[in-house]
Amino acid sequence: MPTPRPAARARSPGAGPDRKGRAPRADMEKQMPSATPDSVRSDLPDARGHYGRFGGRFSPEALIAALDQVAQEWDKAKADPAFRAELDALLRDYTGRPSLLTEAARFAEHCGGARVLLKREDLNHTGSHKINNVLGQALLTKRMGKTRVIAETGAGQHGVATATACALMGLDCVIYMGEEDTRRQALNVARMRLLGAEVVPVSVGSRTLKDAINEAFRDWVANVETTHYLFGTVAGPHPFPALVRDLHYVIGEEARAQVLDLTGRLPDAVAACVGGGSNAMGIFAAFVGDPGVALYGFEAGGEGVQTARHAAAITGGAPGVFHGARTYVLQDEHGQTLPSHSISAGLDYPAVGPEHAWLADTGRVSYRAVTDAEAMEAFRLLSRTEGIIPAIESAHALAGVRRIGEQLGPDGVIVVNLSGRGDKDVDTAATYFGLVDGEGEEQA
Amino acid sequence: MNERTNGGTGAAPGGADEQGATSRTALQAALARAEADGRAALIGYLPAGFPDPESSIKVIEAMVEGGCDVIEVGLPYSDPTMDGPTIQRAADTALSAGTTPADVLRVVQATAATGAAALVMTYWNPVERYGPARFCADLAAAGGSGVITPDLIPEEAEEWFAATDAAGLDRIFLVAPSSSDERLRLTARASRGFVYAASLMGVTGTRAQVAGTAEKLVARTRSAIPGGGPAVCVGLGISNRSQAAEVAAYADGVIAGAGFCQRVLDAPDLETGISAVRSFAEELALGVRDGRS
Ligand SMILES: Cc1ncc(COP(=O)(O)O)c(C=O)c1O
Repeated sequence: MPTPRPAARARSPGAGPDRKGRAPRADMEKQMPSATPDSVRSDLPDARGHYGRFGGRFSPEALIAALDQVAQEWDKAKADPAFRAELDALLRDYTGRPSLLTEAARFAEHCGGARVLLKREDLNHTGSHKINNVLGQALLTKRMGKTRVIAETGAGQHGVATATACALMGLDCVIYMGEEDTRRQALNVARMRLLGAEVVPVSVGSRTLKDAINEAFRDWVANVETTHYLFGTVAGPHPFPALVRDLHYVIGEEARAQVLDLTGRLPDAVAACVGGGSNAMGIFAAFVGDPGVALYGFEAGGEGVQTARHAAAITGGAPGVFHGARTYVLQDEHGQTLPSHSISAGLDYPAVGPEHAWLADTGRVSYRAVTDAEAMEAFRLLSRTEGIIPAIESAHALAGVRRIGEQLGPDGVIVVNLSGRGDKDVDTAATYFGLVDGEGEEQA
Repeated sequence: MNERTNGGTGAAPGGADEQGATSRTALQAALARAEADGRAALIGYLPAGFPDPESSIKVIEAMVEGGCDVIEVGLPYSDPTMDGPTIQRAADTALSAGTTPADVLRVVQATAATGAAALVMTYWNPVERYGPARFCADLAAAGGSGVITPDLIPEEAEEWFAATDAAGLDRIFLVAPSSSDERLRLTARASRGFVYAASLMGVTGTRAQVAGTAEKLVARTRSAIPGGGPAVCVGLGISNRSQAAEVAAYADGVIAGAGFCQRVLDAPDLETGISAVRSFAEELALGVRDGRS
């Protein structure tokens, strides 16, 4: 396999890191008042789920009552100390939070020498950030008096996390998964079944994640009395983008305190991969009000955004309405959804959460595409330099960190959300790097 | 809710259109004719381009010959979350045949030429992409009466109100058994032509029985606007004469879709499919007449 250099130098106009911003937070804010004022508003979304021109509810009327119920119940639960306490206890005793912030010194040597701090969501139970959202929504399901949970999954991470929470809480669980993905991720199908979930292969449309979501919506409308749709990312109709963001906020909240603790200051940059955008929203949300912290979202560039084979909705898509929200979507001239591609199943989605669309438009967050090849190179690099095998999704953020680090140089501090571990990706990596059948890996 | 949209409820059908006070859309005329006949209107759905653009026109002509008063011309979409397997397959077939919005408008034109009222049924993104105002202007020019938008709720429809008003088109929103009284009022007020009452909580497709929820929903929708709102037509799951009769007893219109698609899908060739479609329309046309006798 070729090992290309990072293709482009990311430098965000207006939101870039300030090399001199070494001071503690109060000083930094004085030096860098440049962030778009709108971007630090904490009152988004509005009452109808809008983030500027994005978000909202483009859903069948039949689901509006259920969406209202979820929104209202979440508002109540958020303010309920008993709910908070129950969720916090689960996050601590079941998930293993707080997750670590690990300095990656050897990896950093390949990132222009900037300090690289890994937010270790890979260490959570079930192996990714997904569990944060799932436990919260499973508790919410019980609060609403519902007994059945449905969810979509692409790679299987959200499905496994959902099946896990349902096992823990005694909820019936049905997971929709594109037929194509059930084949690619057969082991995760077995995991979900072991956990007692029913896995339904979806054989319509493109047979991938977007079709699994379509099928879950169809199930939901028919069974909404008993069933909660445990949506897996910050996309979909209101209130899902806000609900899922809120449940992942813990990532950023911890990371912000940890980086202050470790370095005595805020980071210059925070980076995350963006599929639907939940791990990114979770970490960004805690830093979005810090104008001196540059935020970077890395989308799946597949074989390159100039080709037809990528999943970079912001970088390579156009505004539209998809899965219940106005946001950036990969679509053709007639508004038909285009198939997405990424080596990482968890990023293989033709749209993105509406808050990201808003953050992109305001310029507060810089979104860039990372190709399959760049991500795989970073995947191997982290494995070899740190002994940590990341999820291929997370490897997109790591590849982005290499670019940011080269701009920042040795004074820079970068926090990157390591959203998941790479156990599920060993097959893909073995094929990619030619590690099977005793073939040696080609040298980097 | 935007007050100006209230004009849609029984007032000038053309909305902002100067001539609105005197002109009725073909849809409104068809509903009025059925009402005058003492029966419910029969409304048939078919995706444009199913099984291909030319053939879909022939299928629609057979639906009209068989007795459909109104045709919903579907704009096939890649992600039809409100549709069950039959209509999904039909829409997929239409997309594979390369059907575009321009084809949809051509099918609308051919539909209007049969004398039936032509509506477009479409998910929102293709309209947004086309441009709502341009879509409405082109649809009106093709002889269309209005648009049904299953994933657009009135709260998100500000631009849509303006576009449909400017073109003098009816706009049909949906209500469901789960809709609150408040939402029924909002939706009925926003609708013009008729309100589409989803008979049950679920996706499109034929069912063995009409859901018991339908009659109550129609009554609730009617009483949501004291003094009378738009007509209320019922769809989802209606697939034979007796079901059509049952619904016709309380609704202004009976909507059938999957049954037509299924007959085309099941037929060994187009001719056989078309004659099955014609007989199915005839059967339902008897049903909408049985209903009030
Ligand atoms: C480890 C990991 N990271 C990231 C993602 C992408 O999701 P999101 O963009 O919502 O964080 C997934 C999805 O499966 C995942 O498993």
